[in-house]
Amino acid sequence: MKKILAMVMALLMVMGMLAGCASGDAPETTAGTDSANTGGDGAVTPIKIGLTGPLTGSNAAYGLAVKAGMEIAVEEINANAAQNGGLTLEFRAEDDEADGEKGVSAYNSLKDWGMQIFAGAVTTSPSLTIAAETLNDQMFMLTPSASAVEIPATGSNVFQMCFTDPNQGASAAEVISKQWPDAAIGVIYDSSNPYSAGIYNGFAEKAEELGLNIVCETSFTEDSKSDLSTQVTQCQDAGADLVFLPFYYTEASQVLTYANTIGYAPTFFGCDGMDGILTVEGFDTQLAEGLALMTPFDANASDEATASFVAKFQEKMDGLVPNQFAADGYDVIYAIYDACVAAGVDGNTSTADICAALMEQFASMTFDGLTGKGMTWDETGMISKSPAAVVIKDGVYVPMS
Amino acid sequence: MTAMKKFWNNKTLRSNTITYAVVILGFVIMQTLSSMGMLGSAVKGYLVPICVYIVLAVSLNLLVGVCGELSLGHAGFMGIGAFTGIVIAAVTAQLIPEGTVRLIVAMAAGGILAGAVGFLVGIPVLRLRGDYLAIVTLAFGEIMKNLINNMYVGIDEAGFHMVISTEQMKLLPGGTMIISGPLGATSIQKLATFPMGFALILVTLFVVLNLIHSKEGRAIKAVRDNRIAAESVGIPVTAFRLKAFVVSAFLAGMAGALFGLNFSSLTASKFNFNTSINILVFVVLGGMGNILGSVISATVLYVLPEAMRSLQDYRMILYAVVLIVVMLCTWSPKIKNAIRAMPVLLRERFRGRRKEAGSHE
Amino acid sequence: MKILQYLVNGISIGSVYAIIALGYTMVYGIAKMLNFAHGDIIMVGAYISFSVTNYLGLPAILSVIISMAVCTALGVVIEGLAYRPLRGTPSLAVLITAIGVSYFLQNAAQLIWSSSPKNFTSIVNLAPLTLFGGQLVITGEVLTTVLVSILVMVGLMLFTGKTRTGKAMRAVSEDRDAAQLMGIPVNRTISITFAIGSALAAVAGVLLCSTVPTLQPTTGAMPGIRAFTAAVFGGIGSIPGAMLGGILLGLIETFSKAYISPQFSDAIVFSVLIIILLVKPAGLLGKQIQEKV
Repeated sequence: MKKILAMVMALLMVMGMLAGCASGDAPETTAGTDSANTGGDGAVTPIKIGLTGPLTGSNAAYGLAVKAGMEIAVEEINANAAQNGGLTLEFRAEDDEADGEKGVSAYNSLKDWGMQIFAGAVTTSPSLTIAAETLNDQMFMLTPSASAVEIPATGSNVFQMCFTDPNQGASAAEVISKQWPDAAIGVIYDSSNPYSAGIYNGFAEKAEELGLNIVCETSFTEDSKSDLSTQVTQCQDAGADLVFLPFYYTEASQVLTYANTIGYAPTFFGCDGMDGILTVEGFDTQLAEGLALMTPFDANASDEATASFVAKFQEKMDGLVPNQFAADGYDVIYAIYDACVAAGVDGNTSTADICAALMEQFASMTFDGLTGKGMTWDETGMISKSPAAVVIKDGVYVPMS
Repeated sequence: MTAMKKFWNNKTLRSNTITYAVVILGFVIMQTLSSMGMLGSAVKGYLVPICVYIVLAVSLNLLVGVCGELSLGHAGFMGIGAFTGIVIAAVTAQLIPEGTVRLIVAMAAGGILAGAVGFLVGIPVLRLRGDYLAIVTLAFGEIMKNLINNMYVGIDEAGFHMVISTEQMKLLPGGTMIISGPLGATSIQKLATFPMGFALILVTLFVVLNLIHSKEGRAIKAVRDNRIAAESVGIPVTAFRLKAFVVSAFLAGMAGALFGLNFSSLTASKFNFNTSINILVFVVLGGMGNILGSVISATVLYVLPEAMRSLQDYRMILYAVVLIVVMLCTWSPKIKNAIRAMPVLLRERFRGRRKEAGSHE
Repeated sequence: MKILQYLVNGISIGSVYAIIALGYTMVYGIAKMLNFAHGDIIMVGAYISFSVTNYLGLPAILSVIISMAVCTALGVVIEGLAYRPLRGTPSLAVLITAIGVSYFLQNAAQLIWSSSPKNFTSIVNLAPLTLFGGQLVITGEVLTTVLVSILVMVGLMLFTGKTRTGKAMRAVSEDRDAAQLMGIPVNRTISITFAIGSALAAVAGVLLCSTVPTLQPTTGAMPGIRAFTAAVFGGIGSIPGAMLGGILLGLIETFSKAYISPQFSDAIVFSVLIIILLVKPAGLLGKQIQEKV
């Protein structure tokens, strides 16, 4: 009897909790628009931008990098708001653990906070589930780093800041056919990861068209990535003198280390996920010498914008050098802000109106950011920017000749 | 009056009624709040997943709590149900335009396939016991995840295609991909609704409670408490274990289908070891064999990490601490005694102080 | 020729699994609990070693010793705070607490060391053995890991077989109540078990990361599950079984990747595991205990 009573009490508590969330959050959403109207004083109501990304778990490094990049952009924008008619931004990031289900929860809780523009998600699965929600809610979405083709295809309100996977795979094949036309190519990819498998598929298709000589195709999965020695041996065995690694730097450092121990020295070629390998703490950058990759961002670039961003990021993140995730996040906020200023919207504008205005802006605007100059978007939401193919020499990126 | 008394004295009937009452009450309250527009988007978003996890917890409880079989692969059955449900819902889109009917068909299909797989897996696997059964179910879950991750399913005018690589997948123009490997299922039509989730909970409770309190249920419990003794009095142990295993898989499959049709996309990696473990946590925390306990702990533990979002970086670490502390408080005999002794201790101290005060006067 | 290289690769990862599995199986055999946090203690061990060498600049060998000391203390504290109060309750309750501890360690590691991956510098200073004119390379890490895991296995077998404490451990594992009645301090014995298990985890962490250099808060999770599988494979509770299970698991994994299908290697590994358990329900070297009423 006592037990049942305790259970019923517990249930009531949950109900209270839920109702608490409900009553606590519901007025806030309306408060956003109410206070906006009464704001007066000529002050412009800030626009609320939300991000979801993996802030805990095995992908947390990527989510936290995007979050920090966005926070830096928001701080800069708010400090200089006066030059742009006083429009400021409010920013909030929620954890989605790189999971579709948690992504929707995180997105919903951002909506309860009063989010008007969604600047996420960081990884592919939550982006896909959330994209459908944003379409339904008529909310503008610009993802910094979720690169599957299916994401912008969800709706006309969904835009991307990064290259789509098949495009990147295809350009990788083109670069390889130009630079190393006779190479015997080995490919290792993560068959359980949509990003890696997406690039691989695009690459394989283009490689066939270009007649590249692929001698070895092998893969690993999320669960078996703690040992990549077999895959490296397979490539070595097949006589590959160029190995294409379309996955993140976290795993790539393993491949490079192992290849070095067994004295296998082909040319390694990576994608934008490879950017960051030089900043892995404890990694012997000597091993990455000669590594070729395609990246939209170079932390060592000499232009003022990059230098200032890198300095701010390092201050914020304990000396960590930013990678393309952080830079994409930074660019996303600026692109959204520029579009908002150009469209003349502010926090008083309804979410759907902001969405319509931004869709129009993005289809026509040209944006210069850290990850590229003269970026444009087509009406499907895909970005067009040219990935720079670089080679690592003496620990820095050198443009490929 | 006597009828009332009789009802109250029948322990089974009483606890069943309370279980149903709590679930129905919960549904009515949430539905009312929702229709009055008093729920935020986040809370509305929790409703269907909570239903799914309640069903998963209750069905796993049948296996773990009632039968005493440790399974670490419940998410595998959920995954089978989810992807079957998604495929069925997509294939029958033209055939059955009515969403609710299609959802029911999809859920039934998901449940049946998961149950069938449960049956096939159960026959050999149930020879094992304890931790060996646990590792085999874990292995099963991993195998399922790996297979779905490499599965490509599409539909076009020529019919239904299912292959294991993108190169083999050649759809005619106008065809659509339903599941594409690691990307999972995309552009799923969201058919799941809260009332349907509630209905599924009721079905689950009905099935599980009836099974527990039937003659077979008593046999199952006898098997749990002492398998050899049960065998020696002629209870067909393996048949009962298999039946519970299949029922549990069936219900998990139904829940999986509901889950799959609640999101616009779904990947196989969702159905990993961690999800199985989470469901197990719901069961153990709610009390083994305690159905109402599973319902409540699934709800509380689903909402808890969401409610702690404001803690930002410290959210998951606090969740871990809460989990450990709750486990210690509900299971440790010492701590339980200490908590039980607390009121007495307080009363005595209070009394003692009053006495002291009195003596001063 | 490459078949030999795959063999070496398989033994390499297999011996890492083996050394993790040894810790798992010992704790399981004596405390009768699945310590799912074992993989995360490995991760902590690797982080400690990394911090000691990279931030304090101390030599690698010292870092291993410090890491073992820290993990031993951690293991004993975890046992005392989280597992001991649940002594005598169903093993599932302790399992869930262990999962809580696992979440706790992962998230604490993220707060302390941040989530950005670190590249662990191998502590092994041996030059790789190159045979058959570069056809076959055996790295120093492989030799060290195999050697250490064999040493640990033999050491554990001698310890549990010959020493007083070891015998007490076996007694506790056979029948806890009877052991208590015979005057064996059960709680202390289990604490010692955890201390040894955690010290082994530290060694395993350092060797794991020397072989596979990426270090993240989740580094220990997947190898932990694999090692648990290996321990069951060999017969959980059996020390030579853990060694055998680990090596076999590594070999099956490597050969299925190399010769069958890298995409389906997880499914193949686990299918083999299921089949073996169906044929030998107590694992390869496990004792089939006849239950009595």
